[in-house]
This record gives sequence, C-alpha cells and structure tokens, in this order.
Amino acid sequence: MKPAPFEYHRAYTPQEVVELLAELGDDAKILAGGQSLAPMMNFRLAHPSALIDINTVSGLDYIRRENDELCVGALTRHRALEISTATEVREGFALLPRAARWIGHYPIRSRGTVGGSIAHSDPTAEWCILARLFDANIVVLGVEGPRTISAEDWFTGFLTTAAEPTDMVIETRFGRPRTHAALTEYARRRGDFAIAAAAVAFDIEDEQCKNVTVVLGGVAGVPLRLPEVEALVENSGADESTWKDAARASAASIKASSDLNGDEAYHRHLVGSLVERAFAEAYATASQAPA
Amino acid sequence: MKDQHLVTLTVNGREHELLLESRRTLADTLRLDLGLTGTHLGCEHGICGACTVLLDGEPVRACLIFGVQADGRHVRTVESLADGDELNDLQQAFSRHHGLQCGFCTPGFLMLSEAYLSTNPTGDRDEVREVVSANLCRCTGYQGIVDAVCEVACARREKTTDA
Amino acid sequence: MTTEAEAPTRWVGNRLPRREDRRMVQGAGRFVGDVPNTHAYHVAFARSPVAAGQILTVDVDAARALRGVIAVFTSGDLGDPQLTAVLERDEFVTTQMPLLARDRVRYAGEPIVVVVAESRYIAEDAIELIDIDIDEWPAVLSFEQGGPDQKPIHDEAPDGVLVDLQMFTDDRLDETLAEAHLLLEETFRSGRVNASPMEARACLADWQERDEQLVLHVSTQVPHQVRTGVAQALGLPERRIRVVAPDVGGGFGQKCVVGREEVVVAAVTAKIRHAVRWDEDRQENLISSFHGREQEYRIRAGFDAAGTMVGLDADISCNIGAYSAYPFSCAVEPLMAASELPGVYKVGRYAARARGFASNKTPTAPYRGVSRPQIVLVMERIMAKAAKRLGIDEIEIRRRNTILADDFPYTGPNGITYDPGSYMEALDLCVAEVKKAGWYEQRGIDDGLLRGIGIINFSERTAYGTATMGMRKMQMTPGFEVSHVRMDASGDVTVTSGTCGHGQGHETTFAQLVADRLGISPDRVKLRQGDTDLVSFGWGTFGSRSLVIGGGSAAVAARKLADQIKIVAAEMLEADAGDIELVDGNATVRGAPGTQLSIDEIAETVHFRAHTLKHHEEYLLEARGTADPPGMFSNATHAALVEIDPGTGGVRVLDYIVVEDCGVVVNPTIVEGQVRGGVAQGIASALFEEMSYTPDGQPQTGTFMDYLVPTASESPSVAIYHLETPCDQTETGAKGMGEGGTIGAPAAVVSAINDALRDYDADIDAVPVTPGVILQVLAQGTRLHEEKL
Repeated sequence: MKPAPFEYHRAYTPQEVVELLAELGDDAKILAGGQSLAPMMNFRLAHPSALIDINTVSGLDYIRRENDELCVGALTRHRALEISTATEVREGFALLPRAARWIGHYPIRSRGTVGGSIAHSDPTAEWCILARLFDANIVVLGVEGPRTISAEDWFTGFLTTAAEPTDMVIETRFGRPRTHAALTEYARRRGDFAIAAAAVAFDIEDEQCKNVTVVLGGVAGVPLRLPEVEALVENSGADESTWKDAARASAASIKASSDLNGDEAYHRHLVGSLVERAFAEAYATASQAPA
Repeated sequence: MKDQHLVTLTVNGREHELLLESRRTLADTLRLDLGLTGTHLGCEHGICGACTVLLDGEPVRACLIFGVQADGRHVRTVESLADGDELNDLQQAFSRHHGLQCGFCTPGFLMLSEAYLSTNPTGDRDEVREVVSANLCRCTGYQGIVDAVCEVACARREKTTDA
Repeated sequence: MTTEAEAPTRWVGNRLPRREDRRMVQGAGRFVGDVPNTHAYHVAFARSPVAAGQILTVDVDAARALRGVIAVFTSGDLGDPQLTAVLERDEFVTTQMPLLARDRVRYAGEPIVVVVAESRYIAEDAIELIDIDIDEWPAVLSFEQGGPDQKPIHDEAPDGVLVDLQMFTDDRLDETLAEAHLLLEETFRSGRVNASPMEARACLADWQERDEQLVLHVSTQVPHQVRTGVAQALGLPERRIRVVAPDVGGGFGQKCVVGREEVVVAAVTAKIRHAVRWDEDRQENLISSFHGREQEYRIRAGFDAAGTMVGLDADISCNIGAYSAYPFSCAVEPLMAASELPGVYKVGRYAARARGFASNKTPTAPYRGVSRPQIVLVMERIMAKAAKRLGIDEIEIRRRNTILADDFPYTGPNGITYDPGSYMEALDLCVAEVKKAGWYEQRGIDDGLLRGIGIINFSERTAYGTATMGMRKMQMTPGFEVSHVRMDASGDVTVTSGTCGHGQGHETTFAQLVADRLGISPDRVKLRQGDTDLVSFGWGTFGSRSLVIGGGSAAVAARKLADQIKIVAAEMLEADAGDIELVDGNATVRGAPGTQLSIDEIAETVHFRAHTLKHHEEYLLEARGTADPPGMFSNATHAALVEIDPGTGGVRVLDYIVVEDCGVVVNPTIVEGQVRGGVAQGIASALFEEMSYTPDGQPQTGTFMDYLVPTASESPSVAIYHLETPCDQTETGAKGMGEGGTIGAPAAVVSAINDALRDYDADIDAVPVTPGVILQVLAQGTRLHEEKL
C-alpha cells in the first residue's frame, strides 16, 4: 500500500496554486490535510500525476465573522473549530464545534482541513452537510479570479463538485446564524463515517418552527436537503409530535438501499430516528442569540 | 525519473538533511531513512494509528503525510519519550496498568496520549476513552490503556497545581 | 521494580511488571519490519482479481523491464513448490496449496506472481504492469455446492467436502430424541472473521554463506513449523534453514500456520542469494491471509420434563475456504467442534457429524478459540431456549445439567475425561457479582433503551499434549515441549523454550516459575525463544499451551538445575544436599542458620574453580526439562450487560464480568490482560466484524474502514474474579487460559441481546448481530405484539 509516483510542488500563495493547477493539467491535485487523498493514493485508487501542497500557503487558516456569515479559511483544521470558544462562533454557529467532534478522531481533526473536506465533498462529511444546512457559499479562486458558488450548486454528485479542475477552495462562508441547530449521526464504531447523518435548523416564533432546514448525509451522492419535510415542519408546533412527523416523512422520502449494516427498512428507520433526535436536540440546545 | 527533494527536518530535536522521493511517506522516512523503527505501520490508511507521531506538537498519522511535507518541521516519535534510561510517567503507567501486550500498537498510543496530555486534560474517563478510540489495539481490550492515560492526566494536573 | 531485598519467597502469584514492556514503550521492540537490513529487496505479489477461474496467460514483461525491478517469478520459475497439509484419516481429502497459483485460481487475492524490487513502492508499481488473463468461473461461496455452472474447487473433492467426520455415533440417539419431553431443533451460524493482529504478517530472508543457511525472520507463532514447511517446500534439510521470530505483533492463530508468501520469500532468496523482505500490508492481510469461524450448526437437543438433557445431535459445517492450511489442515475447526461441543454439560446420548467444505474464499486457519466460541454459543442458547420452553429458571437448568464437583474425573460421551474444575462455583459467584453490581436494576430502567443480561458458562480445553493431539491424526503431531535452563558464571539464568510468545508475557511468567525453583529473583532469568538455532525444537504457541507446556518444561528443568546447585552447595558447605534450600539468592542449610553461600559464588566456582570440587562430574549448571500433559480444562463464567438503542439498532456492551479458573495463577495481571483482550475480540465477532463477499466472490471488507475492529469506545471495562482449582497433571498447577475470553464473549453478548429484546420474542442465534438484525427483531416483535392486542 504505497502510493504511485507523483511530482511534488509546494505553493505559498493561492494564486500560485491556481497557476500550478493550470500548468500541470487535470491529473494534478491539491494536497491539503490529505486525510482522504492520501489513503486513496496508498490504495492506488488515486493516481495524481502531481500534488500541490497548500499547507505552506499563508493566510487561509482563520475563523472570522463578517456580518451574518461565519467565514472559515480553507486551511483551517477541523480541530480549530472543535475547540473554538469564540463569540462569533457561539452566536448562531454553536453547532460547528459540536459537529466537529463527529469528525474521525483527534489526529484526523488535527490534520484535516475544512476546505479539503468541502472540496472532497463526501456526502457524509460533516462540513458538507453543514454547508447545506447553513446555506453556505464557497469561495474559490480560479484562473479568472475568485468567485462564489452556493452550497446548493456546489455538490453535483458523489465526490464531485461544481469547481473547475483549476479552482482552489479559498473559504467557506456559513450563512444564516441559527438559534436552534443540531447534527446527529450513527456509526457502528466511534469515529467512522456515519451510516447516516441528519442535521436540522430552525427558529422558534410563538412556539412554532420557522425557517426550517433539514439535511441528510449518507443517503445519496450529495448532502440531501428535504424541502417536503421542511415544509411539513414549517409553522408546526415545536414539540415531539412534530419531530415524529418529520421523522416519518424523512424516512419515507429517501431512496434507501441495503448494505452490510442492514436492509432498506433499516436505513429508513435509522434516518427517521436521527431526524427526530436532531430536532429534539436542536430544540433543547439553543445557540446563543445573536447580539 | 525520480522526483526527489532535499528536505531538512528535525526529529526528536535532531536536524536531518535527506533526499526524499515525493511519494515516500513520513512513516517510511522515519523508519527506513532514519532507522527510527518505533513508529509502526499497521494499516497505511489512517485507521489504526500505530504510526501516530507529533508534527509540530500535533498528533498526525505518519502514513498519511509525505516525508517531503515535514521539511522545516519538528517531528516527535516514541523514541523521544524516555530520558536516557528513565522512562517517562506515561511509559511507566502503560506498563503498570498492563496497557500493552504484543507492543506493536504501543508507540502510536503513547504519542496520541502525549498529544492529548499536552492539552492539560482532567483525565475524565469517558473523554480519555473517546480520545484513545483514535487508535486500534488487538491485544488489551483497551482497559489498561485508558487506566494509564487517566492516571497520568490526573498526576500531571496535580503537579501543575502544586507548582 | 521489586528488589531482591523485598523479594517474596514465592514469585508465582505475584503481579510482577512485565519484562517485555521496557523495550516496547520505548519503541525499541524488534518486529520483523524493524530488523535492520538496508540492502534487502522488497517483494509484492500480483494477486487474483477473481474468486475462481483458469489462468490463461500471465504477462510480466513490462514489470520485468521496470527500472528498480530485480526479478519477477511465477510458480513455474520457482519450480512449482507447494505446501500440503495431511491428516491420516480416510475421511480427509488431501489437497495441495501451490505457493503461487499455477493454472487455477481459487479465491480473490490468491498470489500468482511475485515481484522483487529495490523498494516496496517500485514493487507495487510493477504489479500494476502485470497483465493476467483469467477465464473466470462462477464462485462457490457457501456450503451448498454443485450448482449447474459450478466446477469443483479441487478435482480430488468433486463435492467440495474436504473432511467429513462422523463422531460418537449412538444407535439409540434418534429414539431418545423422538421420545424426549422437549425436542429442540435449531440452527446456529457464525460469520467469517479475520484475527487481524496489529502487525500483519512479515518476513525477511537472507542467505548466510558462512553458516550455509537461509535465515528467515518471520512474524510467526511457530518458528520450527515454518522451518519444516520451508524445508519441505524447497527440498532443503532443516539445518540449512534458520527461522527467527523476533517480537511478534499479535497472532491469535493467524500466525500458527505457514503462509505461502513466507515460503515464497524464502524460495526467492534461495534463488537470488540476496536479502528479501515482505511486509504484508493491511489490505493483503484482510483479504489474503487466513480467515476463520464461518460455521453452521444444525442441532437437535432432547430434554426430559425436569430439564435434564437426554440427547444431543449435531451436524456441523465449516466453510474452510480454498485450501487446507499447513500444517494443521482444514480439519481443525470441524474436529474441535465435534469433540468438544458438550462443554460443561452432561448431554446424555451424543453424536456429531462435522464437515469442512471448500469454497472460493480465503483459506482458514485456527483463530483464538477455534470453534469453541461457536459451540459455547450453541450450548448456552440451547440451555436458554429449553429453560424458556420448560418454564425453568436459566441458572437452574444449568445446575441440573452441569458436570458438578462430585462428578470429577468425568468422562463424557465424547470420550474426553475432564479434570476437576469449578463450573457451578464460577456460575454461582458470577450471578452474585452481577446482582451486587446492580445490573438487574439497570435492566429494569424504562427510558426507551433496552437492556439485557447474559450469563453463560463454559470450559476451555487447554494445553493439548501429544496423546490428545495424536487423536487428530495429523501427519505432524504437536504436543510436548522441551526447555533448557542454564546458569552462567555470574549466576544469571538463560531459559530456552520451543513456545514462542507474541504478547502473552512469557519472558515474565517463565522467569517467575524458574526463579521460584532456583531461589533467585526473576530479574536474573532471561527467556530466549523464537529462534530455531537457539532452541533445539518446539511446537510454538497456540491452543493455550505455552505457560503450561513451555513454562512447565522450564519449571521442570529449573527444578533439576536446583538439584545440581544443591549438590555443589552441599559440598562447599559440608552439608547434606537434602538439607540445602535455595532462598533469596543463597544456598542455606536447613537447621543451621547463618551457614550459607550465595548462588552467584556457587556458579562462579562451578565455572572457574572446578578443580576445587570433588563431586561435580557433570560440569557446568544446565538442565533439560520436558512437559507433555493430556490437556486440561479451564473454566469460566461470563456475564454481559448490553444496551440496545431501538432508534439505531446499535448494541453497546455496558459492563462485563468474568469469573475464571485456570488453576494456579502465575501472574494475575497477565491473566487478566489475556481475559480482557480475549473478551474484546469475542465482542468484536459478536457485533462488529465479518469478512463479507459479493455473490461473485469479491471481498467487501478489505480495509479497516469496512472491517470493523472495535475501538476503546466499543470495548467495555471487564471486572475479573479468580477461582483456583490447582491442576494435578501439570508441574506448575496451572492450566492454559489464552483463549477463554474470546470463547465466552459471543455467547454472553448474544444472550444479553436476546434478554434485552425479551418483549419482542427475540431468538437470535447468529453472529455478528448487526443493527439491521436488531431492527428486524424489533419490527417483527412489535408486529406480533400488536397482533396479540
């Protein structure tokens, strides 16, 4: 399990990365944390002709607030969000540190990056699910300069995105601070990719759910938003019976398949449970209200 | 044609200059080029953690990093823990609590735990259990490992408080 | 470290810290991959991409031409070497395992070509350039064989049955079962698993011209058997091969057989006369090493109205994979299952048929417990089912059927004589501890989670000696061990033994046994093992035998050495040898306080001043000891408390209690470590691990991402209580115990799961219990429940 040969390039600025991508062609890949790319290379499932190491690029390791958006630099390690106690994170984005704890293990979180996760776009990855939940915008730098792509447009299929081969992810801008938000997952073994994950966010006005967002991970090629379920919960009472209705509707809405963990019925049941729990948890754990 | 790079890295306080092929992993660099065979390879895809080392103080899987990426960086391996003949507190605790049997995974667990201990944790058992879940051991059932890390966490905290 | 000053009179029974730990925690352990040899070439194997078929062409030209590639060999290039496991029984079909597949491939992952290159990186580059054309055949994966398109896996066994054992027939069993008050007819299954030692297999071969020897460092439990396998496959005399097992990173049975890749590496080195190494990677280990445990039991069990078992009939099928592993053969699982199914119970009439079926899957090897995790699951579930049907308490029905203290020595219908154990005592103590721990209160909590308790009882036959092993009729019959103990001029002791520890702490426990007999500190005793040039001969470490047989023979040798020391001491102290005692590093004279000599001084005198001694014709201080016990039964009761989350189908083992009796406990810490690690492995195969295949025979769990070796979060704390029934058939009073943890855990966990699902008419009799299985029970149980309403 040793990787095939490749050319190694080290970049110091985003501009340099994009230029190298353009120069080296389609088989060149960006190397960020390497927690997904390196295993694939060791298995020889990935044969990049060249790697552009961006760990030396400065200025991309940050978490900052710009108005309602939480902007996370591409080279921010998962661990930085996990241990963040900053006000700008706590207010409206308190879910992010909690969600980070679901990502692999401590050494994975020390090395893996938010930008790498978004670029890799695994449909079960926490940041990908949260990008949809928080209506994130992804800022990329391409040969013609920077541009912004909404999370809705970003995820185009299993491990594929709307990015061009010469684009580099610069920043993920999580939008819409939410008072009530939660992510729940289930894996048989601690730290594994989830069999399924459910994330929900909503506001409560007059004991009713408003601005409801529901996203599932692990059930499709992309993190999946469930508009019908959101509509069902919208304006409903913030109570257990609503969560149960949402769970039933979510379970019914997915295209389930069987695997080594269980049959189709199992996967539907699991999704229902996770959605119900996500709602209950989100209800119970209100994020600090925006100042 | 080999794609090789001249790399300067500091391992356990000692600087080395090496000519490395791009694809050589940090684990192989340590083991084969520097003869530091305490860092073991158990899966080479980031699950087992036997190759865990500290890169600039942070715990990482040495099988998922290329040696060339350690250029200009500081790496700590299991060989750095003892002070001459004197085992450090964590090494002693692993032995005292029977936290190892075949010993193959042990260097990874020690380095993972060292990183965790450097965050000045309370030694909460559930938290320790979660942290050491990063690595796999096939012999011990983990109980001795958890006991050892909890004990050292408490002892180091007390020491800090006393000082 | 305990110093000599505070040394106890008896080292056995002490929680002595392990000798092995110091090097391991410093990263100074020496595993095969750590053995320095900067010039060694590295190999990689081109393996079959399909489960079954005929090899049409193999094109290695591009691989040979790659820069950095030293050589490329196919089976023919090496002279078609093979390994053949033989059982001298009519019911056994002998088949060959070629080192590299020649014309047929029989499982996905089977090695076909070996590439030798300057580095493993280049060797893997070359593998990608090899073109192998195979006419793929339909894969045979299950016990049901002989489908219209299926071709035999081995021509010698057209029906796929490699061994068919009809054991302990009883003409009146059918009649007894027909007349029984209660007849249970049940089927049990266990999934295929991989022992997954953290160090995968590895070897390093070199040619030493000076010694006219091929030196093979190999990660193995059985160095001498590797030597024999290599000698036979390569046609070399045994002396021409030296096998060294340095530190071994776990084995659990996977390394007690000889791997074909290991022999290939030896063959390559013999051919090119250059050092060559193979470090098996995890994918190779999961897919192409050895598996185990894929079994099915069809059981008929009869009980009378009082709950006494009157008859037991078993039809056992083992899916042994594509080849019979050398040297134990594919009969190891079927034989164990049929012989030892009754366990701790008096089963009345007994008959068993056990078959080993070939399949287009990875070959199997003994894995920690060998069939006993399955037979304990079978017997304990049968007891639980009978109790439920007859309305008898689960503990009470066990009491009525268990072999009790008064029954020993007990000879069962399986022809085995059981030495004394503490079967009911262990069960009673465990039940009491479960109550004390408050498990029943936890079980009753109504919070949406489902909790259950499983308490199971079993025995574990350990330390099979020559006579017992001989009944298996292997061509090579293991059993005995020989140890040598010698004292040097400074009074330090070196022990050699043919067992080969790989994590069990032999360097510590053997030293404890020897130290007690010599009256010295264990610090002064060093065990050397795992080197065929250092150790005259030995069978290795497997089957819970090492402490009992290896340690036992070392203890015998130490006792003889003590006698030698006493003779010299008697002369030097002008006393009678019968009055000499060896205590705290000194030879003392009984009844003459103050008259003593240090053992160091005696050793020095024997070596350097022999001219001063009249009665030491033997010279030096060295002795040889042997041990060959019949095979003794340890026993244990396991209890598991589990929690099921109906939302996810997830099962958590919350708590675990073991009461165990392995006779005299040499080092409680080490015994407890073996139990805890064993329990973790048993839980793993009960809940998490399975080597799965697609219908066309492609392995689906070839990485640690899909083959779920549990972490600390899935492994409970285990509380352990010891009972000690000293064994009168061993030098040390100890019985083996290396496998018990693994043997009991699946039954305990499955029993607890069934208990947790008691309101859902659960009847789970197969492992692993996946979340999907839990959900099926919950869904069907709920439906039944609703129908009843």
